[in-house]
Amino acid sequence: MDHRQCGAPRLKCADSDLELAMVRHQPEGLEQLQAQTKFTRKELQSLYRGFKNECPSGLVDEETFKSIYSQFFPQGDATTYAHFLFNAFDMDRNGSIRFEDFVIGLSVLLRGSVTEKLRWAFNLYDINKDGYITKEEMLAIMKSIYDMMGRYTFPCVKDNAAFEHVEKFFQKMDRNRDGVVTIDEFIETCQKDENIMSSMQLFENVI
Amino acid sequence: MAAGVAAWLPFARAAAIGWMPVANLPMPVAPTNKNKHQDEIIILNVSGRRFQTWRNTLDRYPDTLLGSSEKEFFFNEETREYFFDRDPDLFRSILNFYRTGKLHYPRYECISAYDEELAFFGIIPEIISDCCYEEYKDRKRENIERLMDDLEDNKDSKLPNMTFRETMWRAFENPHTSTMALVFYYVTGFFIAISVLTNVVETVPCSYMPNQRDIPCGERYTEAFFCMDTACVMIFTVEYLMRLFAAPSRYRFMRSVMSIIDVVAILPYYIGLVMTNNEDVSGAFVTLRVFRVFRIFKFSRHSQGLRILGYTLKSCASELGFLLFSLTMAIIIFATVMFYAEKGSSSSKFTSIPASFWYTIVTMTTLGYGDMVPKTIAGKIFGSICSLSGVLVIALPVPVIVSNFSRIYHQNQRADKRRAQKVQKAKLARMRISKNGSSSAFLHSKRNGLNQSLELTGSLEEDQHLKKTTSLLESQHHHLLHCLEKTTNHEFVDERLYEQGYLQTALQNFPSQSPSLSSEEGITGTCCSRRTKKNIPPLSATNTHSHTHNLQELSALHIQCGEQHPLNTSRSSLNLMSDESGSLNCKSSGLVTTAIISIPTPPSNNSRANPDAPPPANPDAPPLPNPGTDVVRISAL
Repeated sequence: MDHRQCGAPRLKCADSDLELAMVRHQPEGLEQLQAQTKFTRKELQSLYRGFKNECPSGLVDEETFKSIYSQFFPQGDATTYAHFLFNAFDMDRNGSIRFEDFVIGLSVLLRGSVTEKLRWAFNLYDINKDGYITKEEMLAIMKSIYDMMGRYTFPCVKDNAAFEHVEKFFQKMDRNRDGVVTIDEFIETCQKDENIMSSMQLFENVI
Repeated sequence: MAAGVAAWLPFARAAAIGWMPVANLPMPVAPTNKNKHQDEIIILNVSGRRFQTWRNTLDRYPDTLLGSSEKEFFFNEETREYFFDRDPDLFRSILNFYRTGKLHYPRYECISAYDEELAFFGIIPEIISDCCYEEYKDRKRENIERLMDDLEDNKDSKLPNMTFRETMWRAFENPHTSTMALVFYYVTGFFIAISVLTNVVETVPCSYMPNQRDIPCGERYTEAFFCMDTACVMIFTVEYLMRLFAAPSRYRFMRSVMSIIDVVAILPYYIGLVMTNNEDVSGAFVTLRVFRVFRIFKFSRHSQGLRILGYTLKSCASELGFLLFSLTMAIIIFATVMFYAEKGSSSSKFTSIPASFWYTIVTMTTLGYGDMVPKTIAGKIFGSICSLSGVLVIALPVPVIVSNFSRIYHQNQRADKRRAQKVQKAKLARMRISKNGSSSAFLHSKRNGLNQSLELTGSLEEDQHLKKTTSLLESQHHHLLHCLEKTTNHEFVDERLYEQGYLQTALQNFPSQSPSLSSEEGITGTCCSRRTKKNIPPLSATNTHSHTHNLQELSALHIQCGEQHPLNTSRSSLNLMSDESGSLNCKSSGLVTTAIISIPTPPSNNSRANPDAPPPANPDAPPLPNPGTDVVRISAL
């Protein structure tokens, strides 16, 4: 999808930091976004107001994203998980999230079908986006989730907690025991699990 | 949680879907947004100026006036707006706080007016953002000091119940308080002057007879001068003793500069009394009389300017030191050069380098006595360079000293030091407070929520009560944290509970077997070595009889893990007996904190005690470092 670059007389610097600071991004029109997402006009308006408040330039870079996300988890360290989230939202992998990426991702998460949500989750876990979740990838994700808990937990987080959790996950998901989880295995297993199905509907009315 | 990111809470909650497939437990129910209405614009009429904002903006801070239901008291039914009879200019910064999450202090505003507005709207001044915080604190301190000065001026009026001692001290410190104090002040000043004058006149030669050699008056009128000296010293001694008696803190008084000057001023007299008329010591006695000139420093009690000069010199110690250092360097350089330049000429006064020091000093300070002059051409050239550079070197630090003097006069230096120390500390404290605030809010609500959930029937009043205590934003945030807890199957606790729980599990797992085995099983407790990579001692415990409260005073034990491999065979039976909850995992970083260890008595004659019991079932566990390096280090927290 194309976007308009604002400020033609501005210098285009090779330095990436400078680029981000000088480049402004205006999102596509409201009608186009309405067509691409499942949000109503008013919802898009209120989403954009919040987005623009934190990121006046219209682009979120990874550092800003990490700092915003970390504020919701004061006791732990949310930066690693935020990194994975950032990669999941930044679909064209250019190092910054535009409002369109943001809103499309949210549309999937909040208004999408269960399959679409599961696909999104699979995409999150698959760090190198090769279509397979390996144990290392899952371990990294799991560790980042446990990092968000921080130190002061009950019971205390053991070293192998993440590892055991990954083992349980693979036992459940990996049907053919080939050490990786494919998208079909993932979706199939999740659809059979009641807990997961019910929790997918949890955030329907977030906006 | 900052207000700005409150808008991103829906995003954070949506992203929580990423945890769902890995969670093993069911998720808690989400809080419902019962009064889900479209965001509306509300009008705030502040003394006629109308401000408009979204209702959600104000709801970000529910513990302020505008964010809570307290603003309903100001609602005007006819005009459907909230009317506040306050300053509209100051209201701008307050409303901007809601919008941006940052509270700014406008520089042109009066500090007390600003404080009053903040207090009215329920905003604590500590959240002023960093850009304006220093300015705010400075102005506040100035204001307080001004108020205190006013107070002190009023305090000079006599308080009813002052003891005699306190009256005396006040009389000594402020001579204007009573007539007696003023009389005392002038009398002592007069006697200081008399004493100094006596010392001076003592050395003036007055002829005994016209054709005899001149002898100093001190030797001619010995008794007169002795009486004069005795009188002055008696007055000074009495004054010193009275000050010592009246001082509120005698130790501090004795250490103060003025009292040391007093002592030094009167001591020579007493030493002179005590000493016999021995020929050997009379030379030393004479030099002691030099110290009598210190009496002139007693004038600094009478003169404010003298005191300021003293402070200036003390504070410019670095500049003075620089001056001295550079002068010394220059003197040595030029003295060396002049010595070697003049070495050739005959009958030269530059006999050695130290002898040339005198010439260099006299030339550099442009005194030019002329008792030593260079005779060779090279000497003259270098001599002129010396005098030119002397002017420069001495002129450089002088403006700094002068400006320091004026600075002290306005009492800036003390304020600078105070400011520098407190700003950094205050900043860290504020960051800590804001961080703790949000996490403690969650734990607090969890405790409340637990109490609520125990009751089977949730009546309407409880629901309303719950809603009153936590805004929707907060409850959504807490729900998010709750989901994370369920995903990982661990709970958030605060530091205190964490340490209590830790010790309890440690104590529970402590075995009651023979001491030889206790070294292995004694190591219990969960391991959070992941967090110890920075070598912090996170937890503390002593031996078994530790108290669960007052954990701060317990010492932490650091144990370096022993390496596993071949030793397994000899102690495998012992290792396997530890249960998994007490098992210790050691990372290859090597440093592990454990809870309890008794004296590690080696079960075999192998002197190396391996206190660790790694889980044998885990083939992927990293190998532990060498047991030969294991050491129980006890360090206090």
